[in-house]
Amino acid sequence: MTTSTQTHTIDINALMQKQAEPKQDDETKEEGCIKIQDFNLFYGEKQALHGINMDIPKKKVTAYIGPSGCGKSTLLRSINRMNDLIDSVRIEGKILLDGNDIYDKSVHVADLRRRVGMVFQKPNPFPKSIYENVAYGLRIQGINDRRILDEVVEKSLRGAALWDEVKDRLNDNALGMSGGQQQRLVIARAIAIEPDVMLLDEPASALDPISTLKIEELINDLKEKYTIVIVTHNMQQAARVSDYTAFMYMGDLIEFGTTNRIFTNPEKKQTEDYITGRYG
Amino acid sequence: MKNWFKSGTPWVWLNAGAISICLIMVIGLVVLIAARGMVHFWPVNIYQIQYQDDKGEKTIVGEWVDTVILSAAQAKEAGYPILNNADHLEQRLIKTGNRDLTGRDFLWIDAQYLKNEKKPEDLIKIERREWGNFYGRLKAVKENGKIIAEGDEAYPEVLPRIDRARDLYEQIEHLQKKEIGSINYALERLRLKQRRLELEGALDEHARQEITREKAEYQQSYQKIRTQIAKLNQAIMRDSLVAETGDGQTAEIPLKKVVNLTRPNAMNIGQKMAEYLRQLYAFVTEDPREANTEGGIFPAIFGTILMVMVMAVLVTPFGVIAAVYMREYAKQGFITRVIRIAVNNLAGVPSIVYGVFGLGFFVYFIGGNIDDLFYPEAAPAPVFGTPGLLWASLTLALLTLPVVIVSTEEGLSRIPKSVREGSLALGATKLETLWRIVLPMSRPAMMTGLILAVARAAGEVAPLMLVGVVKLAPTLPLDGNYPFLHLERKFMHLGFHIYDVGFQSPNVEAARPLVYATSLLLIMVIIGLNLFAINVRNSLRERYKALDN
Repeated sequence: MTTSTQTHTIDINALMQKQAEPKQDDETKEEGCIKIQDFNLFYGEKQALHGINMDIPKKKVTAYIGPSGCGKSTLLRSINRMNDLIDSVRIEGKILLDGNDIYDKSVHVADLRRRVGMVFQKPNPFPKSIYENVAYGLRIQGINDRRILDEVVEKSLRGAALWDEVKDRLNDNALGMSGGQQQRLVIARAIAIEPDVMLLDEPASALDPISTLKIEELINDLKEKYTIVIVTHNMQQAARVSDYTAFMYMGDLIEFGTTNRIFTNPEKKQTEDYITGRYG
Repeated sequence: MKNWFKSGTPWVWLNAGAISICLIMVIGLVVLIAARGMVHFWPVNIYQIQYQDDKGEKTIVGEWVDTVILSAAQAKEAGYPILNNADHLEQRLIKTGNRDLTGRDFLWIDAQYLKNEKKPEDLIKIERREWGNFYGRLKAVKENGKIIAEGDEAYPEVLPRIDRARDLYEQIEHLQKKEIGSINYALERLRLKQRRLELEGALDEHARQEITREKAEYQQSYQKIRTQIAKLNQAIMRDSLVAETGDGQTAEIPLKKVVNLTRPNAMNIGQKMAEYLRQLYAFVTEDPREANTEGGIFPAIFGTILMVMVMAVLVTPFGVIAAVYMREYAKQGFITRVIRIAVNNLAGVPSIVYGVFGLGFFVYFIGGNIDDLFYPEAAPAPVFGTPGLLWASLTLALLTLPVVIVSTEEGLSRIPKSVREGSLALGATKLETLWRIVLPMSRPAMMTGLILAVARAAGEVAPLMLVGVVKLAPTLPLDGNYPFLHLERKFMHLGFHIYDVGFQSPNVEAARPLVYATSLLLIMVIIGLNLFAINVRNSLRERYKALDN
């Protein structure tokens, strides 16, 4: 499935006339695509994130783990400024995407979110047809050419491993699909606009085991093209899908490293306790 | 007993009882109105009554409308003599018609003076364009003043002639209303154009000639239609019929004045049914006659529906935009709370107050200023500075605005946050999200608001009396003359029609069934409008149904 995804990439990019961002050519160097620097976040008076510093590497899967309320979702949502929607939120520090601060005044939030896609915990398809759901992001950008849309919809649905299941009912309402299909549709919708980064906020927590497995396989495929940040409650899932893992606790980033090392040889006691299931 | 109370059964009974009472009241209301209103069109039998009281003997011909039974004591009190020591007095109301001859339509008679009553088949009922119904016998048919059929032959002879006369009448009506109406309309526009050019000082010789030429053209076609009408008038006056009343007076009635001639006593049930449906159809499709007490109510139905539609077109965007701002953009806080309370209170203001406001603000202030600015040529006659359809619709839009705002806000607040976030995360701006996702999804709620607004507006009468509804409008607010929809025109309305026929009519007895029939129709119009809107809403809901789980 993924092979066909890649063959179309370049011409679609050209057709969409995406803003050419200076990209790092050398992918072997695990240079931080996203740099979080001294990032603090407050909900009103309450501080939710304390001085987070981390570099999220490009085209890898980075997992945030930690107990409920530790701030991992908040941090994830900071990367595409979803927290802006909440009136009382105040932030300090920087998040750099390819070297540019995303909280800079000159950044348009909509442009940022086009580059940093997001998939939520609960599937949230629009009450439109499957086709229109996937095409939504492109239509927003003013692309209404049926040929381009057809191509992108197919490519995205293939990319989300959904094409074979829905190719005969693209005009059916998306709300009639199963939960797992809906979640993959939402992923297809996100990759249709060719983001650089994908944020996944517990994407499998509302799904049955088989759907979860499909999503995890999908994440494995997607990391060849996208920088993926995933929040998960499920330790096994983090171990299975991620290359890097960050453990957070009470708004602090406790430990960050390759998944292998975090799970086998954690430096901090808290991390070890959490991973071995002593709290959380 | 205690256990019975504990089990909750009495509570269920109480609730079910409340529902039953509501249902019974609603059904009772509709049934009463339907029963009283719908029988009006049934062709009832005509009685020929031999009647002898202390003033002598006479023959009465008419429909038996109502019966009142008085006890002997009551009758004595009222001064009615009672024969044969009967324990009650029966009085009947007979519709005798022939108002032109007797000066009244109805007659109360005492049953005790009845000598006999018959239903001879040759009794006829003539619906006339003036003076109400005629009851009696057909004697002869005349053509150009000469009798051409008499006695039994008269009835088959007269029917096709009545059809012919009706046909001609309709042609004349059409010419007078439509053709001459549009010529008059065009002439008036021409006059206004000339006046405007005069006011602007742009009326040069060329324009003057142009206008004179056009005027002459219209005058010419007007003359042509006049001669046409005169010809038709001559043709329609050809025939007349001679009829005899119950007490032996004869009357000659030109067929031009006859709407319909029937012999209800000779009809079988199938014919009566057909006649009933014909009457019903005429009631719904024809214009009123004789100060609204006869004929149909088509202009009122039309006016009601059009007014409600214009109102819906005005109130929906206003309400939705206001609700979107309040819910999506305004900072939630003290001021929005105050505004919300104010909006809700607006719904409780008595409607007549809106009428007064509409008259003072819309009609006199806005309308007056529109006239000053855009229609100086019409002065001193007002165009928009007088009650009319637009102002009535606007007033009702104001009246129903709170309903639309409240239900739209409710709908907006029910859209899940996750869907909005989904759209925003794909790079949509807030406006794009609103436009492409949130508003389409809250359409069912908007429709709900609109349904409530329509239901309220269609039944409202009090404010309309001040801002545009009249007893009799000469023209419909929608016709074939440019610009087709005449928002400045006055119009008729079912609710006001009920009030007018029921309370302002010179002939209350005759009008009473019409009040019921019109009420029934008003209810049906409202139900129809609602059903339409509910259907639309349900199909929208169907589309977003899965979202609720």
